[in-house]
Amino acid sequence: MFKFLLSRVAVLIPTFIGVSIVAFAFIRLLPGDPVQMLAGERVVSPERHAEIMHALGYDQPIIMQYLDYIWRLLHGDFGTSIVTKRGVIGEFFKLFPATLELSFCAIIFAVALGVPAGVFAAVKRGSWFDQTVMGAALVGYSMPIFWWGLLLIILFSGTWHLTPVSGRIDLLYFFPKGTGFMIYDAAVSGQKGALRSALSHLILPAIVLGTIPLAVIARQTRSAMLEVLGEDYVRTAKAKGLSRFRVVGIHALRNALIPVVTTIGLQVGVMMAGAILTETIFSWPGIGKWMVDSVFKRDYPVVQGGLLLIAMVIMFVNLVVDLLYGVINPRVRVR
Amino acid sequence: MSHIEAQEAEAGVGESLPDRAPQKSVRRQMLAEFWFYFSENKGAVIGLCVFALVVIIALAAPIIAPHSPTLQNRDALLIPPFWEDGGRLSYLLGTDAVGRDILSRLIFGARYSLFIGVIVVVIAVSLGIAVGLIAGYVGGWVDTVIMRVMDIILAFPSLLLALVLVAVLGPGLTNAMIAIALVLQPHFVRLTRASVMAEKQRDYVTAARVVGAGPIRLMVVTILPNCLGPLIVQATLSFSNAILDAAALGFLGMGAQPPTPEWGTMLAEAREFILRAWWVVTFPGVAILITVLAINLVGDGLRDALDPKMKRS
Amino acid sequence: MSLLTIRNLSVTFATASGPFRAVDGVDMTIAPGEVVGIVGESGSGKSVAMLGLMGLLPDSATVTADVISFEGRDMLKMSNRERRKIIGKDIAMIFQEPIASLNPCFTAGYQIGEALKTHLGLDKKAARRRTIELLSQVGIPEPERRMTAYPHQLSGGMSQRVMIAMAIACEPKLLIADEPTTALDVTIQAQILDLLLDLQRERGMAMILITHDMGVIAETAERVVVQYAGQQVERQSVANLFETPRHPYTSALLAAMPERARGGRLPTIPGVVPGQGDRPTACLFNPRCPKADERCRTVVPPRQPAELGEALCHYPVGADPRPPEAIPPGFGPLSRQPLEGGARASTIAPEVPGDAR
Repeated sequence: MFKFLLSRVAVLIPTFIGVSIVAFAFIRLLPGDPVQMLAGERVVSPERHAEIMHALGYDQPIIMQYLDYIWRLLHGDFGTSIVTKRGVIGEFFKLFPATLELSFCAIIFAVALGVPAGVFAAVKRGSWFDQTVMGAALVGYSMPIFWWGLLLIILFSGTWHLTPVSGRIDLLYFFPKGTGFMIYDAAVSGQKGALRSALSHLILPAIVLGTIPLAVIARQTRSAMLEVLGEDYVRTAKAKGLSRFRVVGIHALRNALIPVVTTIGLQVGVMMAGAILTETIFSWPGIGKWMVDSVFKRDYPVVQGGLLLIAMVIMFVNLVVDLLYGVINPRVRVR
Repeated sequence: MSHIEAQEAEAGVGESLPDRAPQKSVRRQMLAEFWFYFSENKGAVIGLCVFALVVIIALAAPIIAPHSPTLQNRDALLIPPFWEDGGRLSYLLGTDAVGRDILSRLIFGARYSLFIGVIVVVIAVSLGIAVGLIAGYVGGWVDTVIMRVMDIILAFPSLLLALVLVAVLGPGLTNAMIAIALVLQPHFVRLTRASVMAEKQRDYVTAARVVGAGPIRLMVVTILPNCLGPLIVQATLSFSNAILDAAALGFLGMGAQPPTPEWGTMLAEAREFILRAWWVVTFPGVAILITVLAINLVGDGLRDALDPKMKRS
Repeated sequence: MSLLTIRNLSVTFATASGPFRAVDGVDMTIAPGEVVGIVGESGSGKSVAMLGLMGLLPDSATVTADVISFEGRDMLKMSNRERRKIIGKDIAMIFQEPIASLNPCFTAGYQIGEALKTHLGLDKKAARRRTIELLSQVGIPEPERRMTAYPHQLSGGMSQRVMIAMAIACEPKLLIADEPTTALDVTIQAQILDLLLDLQRERGMAMILITHDMGVIAETAERVVVQYAGQQVERQSVANLFETPRHPYTSALLAAMPERARGGRLPTIPGVVPGQGDRPTACLFNPRCPKADERCRTVVPPRQPAELGEALCHYPVGADPRPPEAIPPGFGPLSRQPLEGGARASTIAPEVPGDAR
């Protein structure tokens, strides 16, 4: 198992190097002079200019600059924001729980609805239920989620006044020593109505972010189930006189889940892209909104550091999915 | 020319081979078979019809649009659709905050979306196929390097990478299209490479090589047509993805810039009126959804019709 | 009293080009402790008939019968829940592809224990003990260790032993073995057959052995049913069948056995079993039968009496040619009508769905 883990991590190293090169190259590709960019509107004398160039290491050969960059990364220095003058990594970890909470709830929503829908659609293949689910899945898959979010705001907040328009919790509540996970903070704070408020803020963004994964998971589950239901071992399970629930829900689903887990893992990248849009629409203070704001403010060190950190998160999640795949698929595990 | 080839040339060997001079009836038969499987999928046919309608609307935009897409009318700000109180028949779907006709903007917007889709797919497909053919055919370290680079591109969320690329290149429709094409092309590289690797081992490729076909000819004429199926399906999916991503970039203010009647940009402009004038927000989204849905329906139909594994079921 | 009685069992598949009758009017009576062989080529509907009995066919199949009774209980009138109390407990089945028939996600021990828990209500500990016992009974060395093995870690022969252990777990009264040795190595085949026969004798359970191998039938069965294109063309005791085959198809099958070859080329039966599109009229064997004449192509053949092997033939082998008037049309318990309509529309002969798996 340890060897398996090690081999998977080893595969990631070249990808990490490549990703860091992309992030490194990003700042170099920007048009204009790097010192002038830092200085903004101020005028910089040629001597001062050379001094800053030297201080930033820009007079070094490009390889040395890259190695220096990697050296700083390994020491946890992902750059400093031009706007706030704070370290990128600190800001990232301050905002990351918000995105994590949102993504986690979205994926729970997608799996909890998508897997059963896919299973029933496969079992009742060709029925009106199957056709409805697959039609809805295709609509969900084709959904421009930024519009979907706006539409839900119009209906739930504008027309029915059921949910708030934006943010994570009412201004009434504040948790100075919070973990950043609002649901948890609200629940342990004991303040009346806090949890309710946090949940009502979370529900629409989670649905919006979970829509495309939901559609993809439902489709994937259905096709995996259809394939598995025709297998010999499902016939064996029936021949044993097992109940329909055991045949479908244990013997078939257990096998169908193997490709589905891979699909769920792939959705994490999709969710990160979706988080950019969802957080912008709902003013959700997570890393997606942070990235968009930084692009607008031309806070390039933040964009650079954020890009790299997000890629690392995705690589980490893919690693976890890989390991999980080994756990749920005996054929991979025991080698 | 080798001895055998000279003999063959004299005897006219290979001139009547079916793959050199495909008979029209064979092609027509293949097309008929394809259409048979495609038309079995009702959703796909509906999708194709809707898509054709969108194309017609886009082409005929100047004729059918009741107003100019950019003409502002100070006397008609935020007019609701005609069936609502205060709606006017001259503005069927209402007007936006500066008095432009939404219907006309949507009609012209179809041009942008289709244009974006076509350009992005053309760039992504041609680039992806070229790189994929090289990777699959040459193999070795070239293949390794190319595939690593593709892995790296795929390690980033597509929209984030496109957003950052646009930040580097500067906001605008052209740069948005380049960025989206770059983000989408690894899928074509992977697909082409995989097909080439599989097809390279087949007997007919060896046969073509024995006959003396050069590598370029081998790649483009012999191998490529045999992996077109999955590429066509992926191209369809990329088409709808391109439209969605371009609209998303437009919505974030990084794509087409106002006053371009691009659907995503229209949504971005409409955001502040979300609770006051639902129609400004609703209709551009419906337009995106219908177009993307139609293309995805066609994509599903194509997959069923082109995938030989699916044919029997 | 017979253990299992089947009268006029038919299975029809709904296909894209119309209904296809894969099994046509099959009868069967099994006494307790008896071994009956069903023999026939691929596509003759031998497996489909038994899968239909077990309720294991896909939804596209329609199973009809006049009588299916097990130990005097009418299985046709049972609810699914009641049926499941018999299926897997009193009637068990093993299949052709042992590796594919075991669920790759669960250990061998789990899959055997599951049957024990479902039908006998054993607790975890008892199920474990019983599983080890069963594994050693089917000749698996180190049963404690093999219990935790996943199917992909087992060889084909080992997998079939696990399947057998699973099938006999609840002491079934009838075991249906569907080509249990076809997918195995030749050396393993004999071992598995011996194991099946030993278990059958020890426990006195009845067994239906489906095979296309006449040699296997000769070594194992007491009675044999020859099936062709979904119909039972001959029913005899094994000894009589090998001595005096009555149906031309049976004699052709016997002639094709390598053991019976007398030098020279091995005789073959020309053509293939008819499928959906090329179903002949009247006698289904007539296009491949050397003795077929106009009558065979126009008149549905009668069921001959027991002394003529209950052959479904106008001209059983070794019988005195009788005047045509002497045989009433539609003789026997079954009425055989060739399928009409869409059955003949298609030009391709598809695999019989259930049999292919």
